[in-house]
Amino acid sequence: MSLETATQPLVEMRNMSISFGGIHAVDDASVDLNPGEVVGLLGHNGAGKSTLIKILSGAYQRDNGEIHIDGELATINNPRDAKGYGIETIYQTLALADNVDTAANLYLGRELLTPWGTLDDVAMEAKAREVMGRLNPRFQRFKDPVKALSGGQRQSVAIARAILFNARILIMDEPTAALGPEETAQVSELILQLKSEGIGIFLISHDIHDVFDLADRVAVMKNGQVVGTARTQDVDKDEVLGMIILGKCPPGATPGPGALSS
Amino acid sequence: MTDHTDSQTTQTTDTARQSELSVVGRFIKATELDTRMLGMIGALLLIWILFDIFSGGLFLTPRNLWNLSVQTASVAVMATGMVLIIVTRNIDLSVGSVLGFVGMIMAVTQAEILPTYIGFDNPFTWIIALAVGIAVGAAIGALHGYVIAYMGVPAFIVTLGGLLVWRGAAWWVTSGRTVAPMDSNFRLMGGGPAGSIGEIASWIVGLIACAAIVAMIVSGRRQRKRFQFPLRPVWAETFLGALGCFLVLGAVYIANIYYWPIGIVRRHIQAGLLEGEATTIFIGHGVAIPVLVAICVGIVMTFLATRTRFGRYVFALGGNPEATDLAGINTRWVTMKIFIIMGVLCAIAAAISTARLNAATNAQGTLDELLTIAAAVIGGTSLAGGVGTIAGAMIGALVMQSLQSGMVLMGLDTPLQNIVVGVVLVIAVWLDSLYRRAQH
Ligand SMILES: Nc1ncnc2c1ncn2[C@@H]1O[C@H](COP(=O)(O)OP(=O)(O)O)[C@@H](O)[C@H]1O
Ligand SMILES: [Mg+2]
Repeated sequence: MSLETATQPLVEMRNMSISFGGIHAVDDASVDLNPGEVVGLLGHNGAGKSTLIKILSGAYQRDNGEIHIDGELATINNPRDAKGYGIETIYQTLALADNVDTAANLYLGRELLTPWGTLDDVAMEAKAREVMGRLNPRFQRFKDPVKALSGGQRQSVAIARAILFNARILIMDEPTAALGPEETAQVSELILQLKSEGIGIFLISHDIHDVFDLADRVAVMKNGQVVGTARTQDVDKDEVLGMIILGKCPPGATPGPGALSS
Repeated sequence: MTDHTDSQTTQTTDTARQSELSVVGRFIKATELDTRMLGMIGALLLIWILFDIFSGGLFLTPRNLWNLSVQTASVAVMATGMVLIIVTRNIDLSVGSVLGFVGMIMAVTQAEILPTYIGFDNPFTWIIALAVGIAVGAAIGALHGYVIAYMGVPAFIVTLGGLLVWRGAAWWVTSGRTVAPMDSNFRLMGGGPAGSIGEIASWIVGLIACAAIVAMIVSGRRQRKRFQFPLRPVWAETFLGALGCFLVLGAVYIANIYYWPIGIVRRHIQAGLLEGEATTIFIGHGVAIPVLVAICVGIVMTFLATRTRFGRYVFALGGNPEATDLAGINTRWVTMKIFIIMGVLCAIAAAISTARLNAATNAQGTLDELLTIAAAVIGGTSLAGGVGTIAGAMIGALVMQSLQSGMVLMGLDTPLQNIVVGVVLVIAVWLDSLYRRAQH
């Protein structure tokens, strides 16, 4: 407790709102994240999780709300701005350029250049082999366009890209959806390691089992609103399920605007 | 788990394929040659041989091949830009009209405007006219690109409008009057005996090209060795180098045994530039300047497409526009730059064709947009976006031009020529889609 009040939150999203043609995809949502913390963002499909974090990653423009990073008001109008703040994102759709190879995807937008200003493909491939080796040691298909890869391999590429550039804030939107148990365990290990390096992580899932053991806190969304947030040590899985399904906030949680008023 | 089974299946299919690989298959694998490109070159050779047979040996002559290379140059230049445009899922229907308009501007600049300030036959005339043309081409491309990328009007519509606008504008410049003749230096860009670099220079260019091929293979190998990546077998590298050099030197040889027409030799003798009996003097043309221009454009564009950030973004944008945006790339500016490049290439193509005709006419470049698009598509550029090569498009341009000049040699009527070209285009794209499906 004393730790949380003492340190400044890494990210604070305050009163975020966005609507698409009258649908309030995200409605007055506030979440925060501390350094070295994993916050699980939970909720049914369509709850607004992806939309909320896409505002943070610069993919969407919010209608309302403020983003504070290190306590200061941040300006995030596009993905470039977000990357400038050290925010890296693994999108649910992976957002890979299918027709180019793994190294090209890892370095897309941040290519390594030779002293003559041309692409240093060999150096990028070397680094790609190193990073992918850490995530997926059997991966060998560095010459193929990523559309030729399996779902799991593609997901590894998306994860590798996010951790390649010393992120301070990592957003992982359903990062293990296409992975088998072995790779999922590898990603869990990776999350713990990144956390120990002081990186703040938003871990998004529609499935509580994916995140409960890894997360320090959970934030639950329903119909675009935050039902509540809770430290995982203060609630159990059934209570969180109640938040996800019914929108009912248990005693151990801090209710948000979306909590069921009883 | 998924991944585990996955890599296992690929492994088993790999080994299964390995044992099935024929000599040809092993050869292609070792040399990493692009089978699609090989198919296209095969088709080109087939077209050449068939035309040679049906025209009674008129096609595969130094004279015809040399002419073919010159006629291909202008469309080949534009096709290199069309690749980038189609790769990003756009289209440019206006290139023929832009060529016509820019050609007219360059002609008026050198034949009517510049002489009043710097006189006729000024050594700077050609470069000023060319610079004006390139600036105008770039401005037109920038306008197209801006409307497409920043105002969100589809490229098809913008360039369809451009097709009409620039053809009309070309007429407007001189009220439909043909402008001629061109500056004598400017005309060198169009080829002809004077617009060719001669035998010795051609051999030198050929040898430099061979040296570059060898240097590229060696440095590529050294780079991969440095990072301990898999290497191609030495015999395969040697074969590729030898093949490249053979093709280059062969092309130079053919250009060099196409001799000046006797009339031009006589004129040179009369003017005291040559001595001797006209029938005994053989002066080879060598490589034509427009062909050199097209090759240089091809090299620069290949470099842009494969070695620079810009090129990487072009292909990523074609593969997944949303992902490219999310990667923080300014996709609108990339799109606008592509159209600026296309405008510049139209200007270069306009210079070649105006110089070759020694005039700028109202109808210049009519239907060139279709030849250019066809060249890019036959050359392996996928209309679905994300796939295409500059070299392929240039060979595609050569295929289109070969068809046309072959039919002219055989004396086919123009309407029939159009029918054949149209049918060939459809068949080529159909074969290509079969090939791509077989690949997956
Ligand atoms: N680009 C968009 N245009 C229109 N509606 C959208 C868009 N993105 C998301 N939505 C809508 O917003 C809501 C929340 O979606 P999303 O954030 O993807 O949910 P989650 O990630 O929690 O499953 C859904 O109703 C979805 O249809
Ligand atoms: Mg989602």
